[in-house]
Amino acid sequence: MDQFILQILNGLDKGSAYALIALGLTLIFGTLGVVNFAHGALFMLGSFCAVTLSKLLSLSHKVVDETRTDFLGNPLQVDVPYVHDWFGVATGDAIIDWAVPLSLLFATPVMIGIGFIMERGLIKHFYKRPHADQILVTFGLAIVIQEVVKYYYGANPIPTPAPSAFKGSFDFGVLIGFDVNAIIYPYWRLVYFFFSLVIIGAVFAFLRFTTFGMVVRAGMADRETVGLLGIDIDKRFTIMFGIAAAVAGLAGVMYVPINPPNYHMGMDFLVLSFVVVVVGGMGSLPGAVAAGFLLGILESFASTAWAVSNLPGINQVIIYLVAIIILLTRPRGLMGRKGVMEE
Amino acid sequence: MLGLEKKDFRLLLIVIGLTLFAPIILNPFPAGSEMAQFNAGYPDLMQRFVIFGIFAIGFNILFGLTGYLSFGHAAFLGVGSYSAVWMFKLLSMNVLPAIILSVIIAGLFSFVIGYISLRRSGIYFSILTLAFAQMSFALAYSVLTPITGGETGLQLALDDPRILGAAQTASGNIPVPALFGLEMRASYEMTVGAWAFTFNVGYYLAALIMVLSFYMAIRIFRSPFGLMLRAIKSNQTRMSYTGLNSRPYTLAAFVISGMYAGLAGGLMASMDPLAGAERMQWTASGEVVLMTILGGAGTLIGPVLGAGMIKYFENIFSKINSQVLHEWFGFLPDGLENFVVTIIYPFVGKGWHLTLGIVFMLVVIFLPGGLVQGGQKIAAALRRKKTDDANPGATKPAE
Repeated sequence: MDQFILQILNGLDKGSAYALIALGLTLIFGTLGVVNFAHGALFMLGSFCAVTLSKLLSLSHKVVDETRTDFLGNPLQVDVPYVHDWFGVATGDAIIDWAVPLSLLFATPVMIGIGFIMERGLIKHFYKRPHADQILVTFGLAIVIQEVVKYYYGANPIPTPAPSAFKGSFDFGVLIGFDVNAIIYPYWRLVYFFFSLVIIGAVFAFLRFTTFGMVVRAGMADRETVGLLGIDIDKRFTIMFGIAAAVAGLAGVMYVPINPPNYHMGMDFLVLSFVVVVVGGMGSLPGAVAAGFLLGILESFASTAWAVSNLPGINQVIIYLVAIIILLTRPRGLMGRKGVMEE
Repeated sequence: MLGLEKKDFRLLLIVIGLTLFAPIILNPFPAGSEMAQFNAGYPDLMQRFVIFGIFAIGFNILFGLTGYLSFGHAAFLGVGSYSAVWMFKLLSMNVLPAIILSVIIAGLFSFVIGYISLRRSGIYFSILTLAFAQMSFALAYSVLTPITGGETGLQLALDDPRILGAAQTASGNIPVPALFGLEMRASYEMTVGAWAFTFNVGYYLAALIMVLSFYMAIRIFRSPFGLMLRAIKSNQTRMSYTGLNSRPYTLAAFVISGMYAGLAGGLMASMDPLAGAERMQWTASGEVVLMTILGGAGTLIGPVLGAGMIKYFENIFSKINSQVLHEWFGFLPDGLENFVVTIIYPFVGKGWHLTLGIVFMLVVIFLPGGLVQGGQKIAAALRRKKTDDANPGATKPAE
């Protein structure tokens, strides 16, 4: 039983990332009808926003420390981050420590901006073209973004730690009556899971309870009629693209402590997220979220020692296997409408 | 001629000529000169040109004719490579049975995958092929290690049986792949003045097979079967309304293109007898998509051009480093020289992927027919200009 709960928990953090990326993909597909192969690159850009901010915050200058000397007896030069000068040592250290959560504030406008530029500059011209062209051009864009990031940040993963308050693990088992250390779970993964719930909740609430969201939903259902009613639906869809980009970016920011980002992480996640979207049902937001968590948890169950010893290799292929079965037996996905994208 | 129209026959002749004289054409710079590092006429690279050309020709039969975008074609190439290496291990080092087996195995494999994947169309088809290819890659990497060699890849060993050939040469080495005694790596060097040209057996075998595949592709494009595939691309719904079951046709196209991929994989293993799982990864599938689109999907010569261009970028363009750039722009004043080099540097050398991505995007945006369409447009523009010059008095028809 404790193993069972542990595997569910283990699946949650990856599932959260899948769900957030798939949510953004579905938002873009549902509003603009565009298949965005560059969405993984947006996730990766979010991660690098966090890396950038954490590097910026720890920028430092050299100061001669009179109280200490090196082994030759000369006064020692110490690196002092600029934030120490500006906010004092204690606050400065706290700011550096909390660089990753602070990046959320930095990444949100950046990602929305990138989303706007992408939609207005490129995707706009592809509404009328076939889906294959959309896939290809966004695939090319993903390569370009990847290479630009590689040029500036190098090819190696860049570890960026979580705030020290979240280091260590949380003994979940004790809370529900298991032995000590039976179910332990890193704090940051728990944070990531709740963070993703908040974001998903916010997106759904935004679509459900605001006038703007209502118009967007109406536009998703029937774009032409909404346009005839005198509403500039294109502008709203552009904003939704920005929001979808921000969702992917924020998912990337918070994922940095779990997985040190490198330039091709976006592509790795993209392939899986597409599978998630297809399993959930093309164009269905709840489907994307549900399938994200479901596949994350399934993946974690498939990587247990028991599963691997009975079905060798199952941990590698489970997601694709599920996708193949779903596509062949229920092509519209778990919660999709019939006939979406069936050209 | 050979059942081809005049225009197609001319194209075939051009391709034959280019592949025949490739060792000379691709070596424009004298050996030993500073520019010699940009010579592409060495056997290893030329083999890759033609092998990936075969791969792209096959992919084009599926994507260019039926419009089904497969993101998993590298799996067939990988399977072809594995079967060829197994043939070298078990039977003999003759490349002929190895290549034949790799085509057959890839054909069977693509039949199974195609039979399932083609139940869906559009993006679902792309995702299904992607899923199958990623599954094959993951399995080849982990569980199937006894068959595929796992992470290290499948290699030849001294104690392989090789029942029809020698397990090892007289000097105790692993024998090399050969065609009835003609070793694939054997080359003939020819020196003309300052120029050195290498004529390699492996290259000419691969080139011969590429020409044959190209000829086959032309025949398929011009056949009633090819016409049927085009009809499926333009409107599958209407085809099914006329009472036609389109799936056998798409499946046939899928299997043919899978066999082309297997052929390319078998040739690749014949040139260098090892096979690794990374050949099946989805980035490799993405590469052949890039080649085909870049050159021009649905055109005959496009995929070959695209394959050549990408391999040229990968191997030659990537050699341009900042030192070379400084030499090239040395004639500029120092400040300007540094500025120009700084601007260009990210796009060349190790950054060749960036240039490739940009070129690819530009092609998709402005030239959906690829570089071939670009060439046709330029040719048409020139021709129009010429006719305009010829009869300046001609009036334009009213709009």
